[in-house]
Amino acid sequence: MNADQHERLAEQLRDAFEHQQALRIRGGGSKAFCGRAVQGVALDVRGHCGIVEYQPTELVITARAGTPLLDVQAALAEAGQMLPFEPPQFSPDATLGGVIACGLSGPRRPFTGAARDVVLGVGMVNGRGEVLRFGGQVMKNVAGYDISRLMTGAQGTLGLLLDVSLKVLPTPVCERSLRADMDVADAIVAMNRLAGRPLPLSATAFDGEVLWLRLSGAEPAVAEAMEALCGEIFVEVEELTGQQFWRDLRERQHRFFSGDDELWRLSLPAASPALDLPGRTFYDWGGAQRWLKTNAEAGAVHVAINKVGGHATRFTSDGAVAQPLSPALAALHQRLKQAFDPVGILNPGRLYEGL
Amino acid sequence: MTAASPQAALAQRFRAFLPDSSILVTETERRPYECDGLSVYRRLPLLVVLPEDINQVQRVLRICAELAVPVVARGAGTGLSGGALPLTDGVLLSLAKFNRILDIDPLNRTARVQPGVRNLAISEAVAEHGLYYAPDPSSQIACSIGGNVAENAGGVHCLKYGLTVHNIVQLGIVTMDGEQFTVGGTGLDAPGYDLLALMTGSEGLLGVIVEVVVKLLPVPDTAQVLLAAFDDVVPAGDAVGRIIGAGIIPAGLEMMDNPAIRAAEAFAHAGYPEDAAAILLCELDGSRAEVETDVMRVRKLLAQCGAREVRIARDADERALFWKGRKAAFPAMGRISPDYYCMDGTIPRHRLPEVLSGIETLSRDYGLPVANVFHAGDGNLHPLILFDANRPGELQRTEEMGGKILELCVAVGGSITGEHGVGMEKINQMCSQFSAAELTQMHAVKAAFDPAGLLNPGKAVPTLHRCAEFGAMHVHDGQLPFPELERF
Repeated sequence: MNADQHERLAEQLRDAFEHQQALRIRGGGSKAFCGRAVQGVALDVRGHCGIVEYQPTELVITARAGTPLLDVQAALAEAGQMLPFEPPQFSPDATLGGVIACGLSGPRRPFTGAARDVVLGVGMVNGRGEVLRFGGQVMKNVAGYDISRLMTGAQGTLGLLLDVSLKVLPTPVCERSLRADMDVADAIVAMNRLAGRPLPLSATAFDGEVLWLRLSGAEPAVAEAMEALCGEIFVEVEELTGQQFWRDLRERQHRFFSGDDELWRLSLPAASPALDLPGRTFYDWGGAQRWLKTNAEAGAVHVAINKVGGHATRFTSDGAVAQPLSPALAALHQRLKQAFDPVGILNPGRLYEGL
Repeated sequence: MTAASPQAALAQRFRAFLPDSSILVTETERRPYECDGLSVYRRLPLLVVLPEDINQVQRVLRICAELAVPVVARGAGTGLSGGALPLTDGVLLSLAKFNRILDIDPLNRTARVQPGVRNLAISEAVAEHGLYYAPDPSSQIACSIGGNVAENAGGVHCLKYGLTVHNIVQLGIVTMDGEQFTVGGTGLDAPGYDLLALMTGSEGLLGVIVEVVVKLLPVPDTAQVLLAAFDDVVPAGDAVGRIIGAGIIPAGLEMMDNPAIRAAEAFAHAGYPEDAAAILLCELDGSRAEVETDVMRVRKLLAQCGAREVRIARDADERALFWKGRKAAFPAMGRISPDYYCMDGTIPRHRLPEVLSGIETLSRDYGLPVANVFHAGDGNLHPLILFDANRPGELQRTEEMGGKILELCVAVGGSITGEHGVGMEKINQMCSQFSAAELTQMHAVKAAFDPAGLLNPGKAVPTLHRCAEFGAMHVHDGQLPFPELERF
């Protein structure tokens, strides 16, 4: 599929601006639960799709926002390349625009960067219906403010993404996983000590009992690291088991995520000791991203996370609720929202009340 | 009673909380602040202040906001685009006294530093933990981290290790109204908009950076450098694409053309082949076994692309020597020409041949020699225009030619600046890269932080009025520059 509908989308936004009509931007609907529920007329971006430009030797791909993530990944795989941030899909319907708008990254994130790190440029429509381009298709570009990265994770509240240019990387030739039984305190220290060594790590996680590592890179680099680590306390995991583990973690399909307790995402300094909260915790990103299944009150989670300088997102049946911003920061966010979307038509309330 | 001069009135207000030694009033004291690393632009600031804590920065900004006095923040003053050029009716806010490393956290691999800390000082301070701070602009012994953040500084290792924006996790900023914010997180993200990315590279227009938490990386086990000589620049450019296409991401991949090779060799005696049309320097790092394998693969690719000679550094000394020539390229120009003007465009790599030939044509038309130094891996081109400022009109012609080179970069889908920033220097070329609606959107972002427009006004984002005037000068017969080039 390849269709350029940016004029139609811009027209719809201009219309919405004139009539002050709130819009609910949607792609494949796979990440609807990643923010607050939005009231508005649905604006489907999926018709605006297709890879616009991809030259593997440039390490850059440009694709329209409605392009299925799977199509982008298939094109990259054909040239032996990948999206370095290992994006979660949550459904085969996921679109590239949704992935970037939500700014989600998988287990590789601490080692090869987040979604925002690979965003080089965007085409977008602001809340006035104006088609704008920021950044470009080059690795280095400091002309003007970095509005492309500002769009990443803004969940469509500052602009409708039309297309994005992303930095891509060669897919590692070799990937192997290791495991070791450990208690939580040792696991947190071990993940961070290992990350401070020049090893070809591409993921580290702790499921409550077992520390998991993934090594990715050139054959000799991985072999050398395997030898060093297996001499310590680690044992190699069978290839399919390893792949399954990292995929389940990325897609939040691991059995940890089942059960009735409320799910929280905690983001904090990686080496922070285990937080004193009831329930179960799963450690990803070397400890910098933690999943918590708990029946604790929201206030208790916020107290615990504030103590270590992190932030918490709560997943409720009405969607994800992010940590409240300080009043000064919230006011700055409001002014930025105004700057892009003066009448508030773009996914209003998706991030916070009024944003 | 006569009213005090604006300068005296401001100094009087600042004396309430700053010692006299931190307020520079006389012309002699202010003179060193008249320019940054782009010394062709000079202006004497009304007043210079050197606060030493965040509270003092807040009070300076509040007073300036109250009196509607513009403020320009300055780090080490090594910037190359005039971003720290003062205003004659404004305060120059130097962060030079913010020079302490506040905290090193080896387990979390972060360091909390003040903005005036030198880039290289961070790596030196954390070396005992086997860690370093990756971005390494050529000025790293002198430039400060606050300035690096304001410009989103790069260096020769960006392709693999990223720019400043990829290597910081949190900033303390003070906005023009004196409000202090923390943006980013001590983890890997923060709630709300990505203000950390927005602040990085904002050239001091949105807020004053008062604290930086940087990310630290483990020092690679080993590194190796190859030097390849070519009789033509085109195959050298192709070789870059071939290496990357083979799945190898070099730590550094630099290209120099013949004029740059000859100048660097005369200056640094690095053993460069002076008759080569181009040389490539390729640094590979990682584990010992990985580097060994990659060196062999790269050597083969270079030979296949027509390199007439490929050298592999025998030891650490020769590695340093290979790099010495490249790092000395800029000062080397100072030896062969009274003045040189360094440009900073980026281009999609595969457009290199046509850009180089376009530069050659411009060089002939203007009668000004050009040497090209290229961060080839990430498409960041630094043409150095050689000129003599003492010849009447030559600086103006150099600037005009430089502008045309940047417009050429935009025309092939690149950008007017890869790592030096827009500042004062490239303000007109912003009009070539962005539409009126895009510039208006940027002004709206600025207004969200600084509604009165008092922080570093006149830099980075041109007014539409300025673009209209510039356009009148540069669009002839209704034609865009370089009409022969394909656009997308």
